[in-house]
Amino acid sequence: MIEVKTLVKRFGYKTILRGLDFSVEPGEFVALLGPNGAGKTTFLRILSSLSRPSLGTVKVAGHPLPDQAAQVRAKLGVVSHLPLLYPDLSAEENLRFYGRMYGIGDMEARIHEVLKMVDLEHRRKDLVRTFSRGMQQRLAIGRAVIHDPEVMLFDEPYTGLDQDASEMLDDVLRSVAAKGRTVVMTSHDLARAEELATRFDILSRGVITASISKKELKQTNLLAFYKQALTE
Amino acid sequence: MDIKVKSKKQKAASREQKVDHIQPSSFTPHPSLLKATLAIVQKDLAAEFRSFELVSAMLVFSLLVIIIFNFALELDIEVRKAVNAGVLWATFAFAGTLGLNRSMAVEKDRGCMDGLLLAPVDRSAIYFGKAISNLVFMLVVEAIVLPVYSVLYNVNLFRLDLLGVILLGSIGYTAVGTLLSTMSAQTRTREILLPILLFPVVMPVLLASVKASSGLLAGAGIVEIATPLNILIVYDVIFIAAAFMAFDFVVEE
Repeated sequence: MIEVKTLVKRFGYKTILRGLDFSVEPGEFVALLGPNGAGKTTFLRILSSLSRPSLGTVKVAGHPLPDQAAQVRAKLGVVSHLPLLYPDLSAEENLRFYGRMYGIGDMEARIHEVLKMVDLEHRRKDLVRTFSRGMQQRLAIGRAVIHDPEVMLFDEPYTGLDQDASEMLDDVLRSVAAKGRTVVMTSHDLARAEELATRFDILSRGVITASISKKELKQTNLLAFYKQALTE
Repeated sequence: MDIKVKSKKQKAASREQKVDHIQPSSFTPHPSLLKATLAIVQKDLAAEFRSFELVSAMLVFSLLVIIIFNFALELDIEVRKAVNAGVLWATFAFAGTLGLNRSMAVEKDRGCMDGLLLAPVDRSAIYFGKAISNLVFMLVVEAIVLPVYSVLYNVNLFRLDLLGVILLGSIGYTAVGTLLSTMSAQTRTREILLPILLFPVVMPVLLASVKASSGLLAGAGIVEIATPLNILIVYDVIFIAAAFMAFDFVVEE
């Protein structure tokens, strides 16, 4: 579903990604872990077609980037720590706007389904500016799944959420993955990542330094694996 | 404690149950340029109708400028006649930068620009959508400023030919302003950078607008102002075409 070969990304003289190789099978939930500045966000921006690779090849859902970026974007849902929502529009207006941008047919039914999924149906008419951070993040997930994407990218979705909001987000993330979608999530929260993901990749200094599946992880624990991968 | 955990599990289970009902929606992955443009315009107008942040800031600034000029020029009728078009366009141009800055800041600050860029639409739709919204905001401000200006400066501005020139000038201004505000919005110093980038580029439009407006206010006909009018039309076309072609590169990281 995602295939990345020798990806390099440079900003001026600074190299962020240094020949990164990465692949994800359909239906996999990959947690991309690493310290600040490792290049996680840059990598997700390239996967989501928001940034061009300097070198290397990137394929998402069978389409090469950046040549077929529009086809990739149609199959991609992205959630970042920013909600990408308009505070002066209501929850349903935000979803309707993004639905129109994705050319959704049966709009009202889809809005209803998505609001139900993120448990915000009772607040559908309320302006997003009146929502708590947790509610905004749930609506952000609703926005990202409005077009029923095959691949979902989550960039630090737990940033700024309290315990309750994080637990609710866990449920929504589980339900997103349960639909058979391919998910890549960056996070600093190892416990949450361990609970949700089926594979764990460690990104450090612009390359994937280690990778382990959930089955393999049973012999060790994620924190020990993470620390070891960073020191190698 | 035990009860609390149970209730959370129940909540989660009910949410997962709801999720099971979701069926993939039918959607066409590439909405047309027109549909996407209209969606952006409607979204901007709806958000502005709620908050009234952008238009009110532009309006207050415009009214302050024309009132300050009104006092500065005192009651000298001849001076007023000579500077009418200049004052009017200076007001529109400076108020316009406020609107352009704010319009793009809304998209940038909450990451909404990324949301737009992630949609599978031709990126020109984002440019046209934002440019049309900016034009509408500018025209709304002008529609309120013109009668106030007419009263304060005792000059009739409600003439079709003059309104046409104002429309053409506003189109040129927002066409290039939208592109440059998209560029400046990506920097930390966007409020400073936008006027520095915008005014040198938009100067031909402003000069032609002032020339054409002052000619009309001095009693000239369309034929006499044909040169600045033609320049205005040509620049509008050039700016729209150039911005249309350059927008993709401007938003690319």
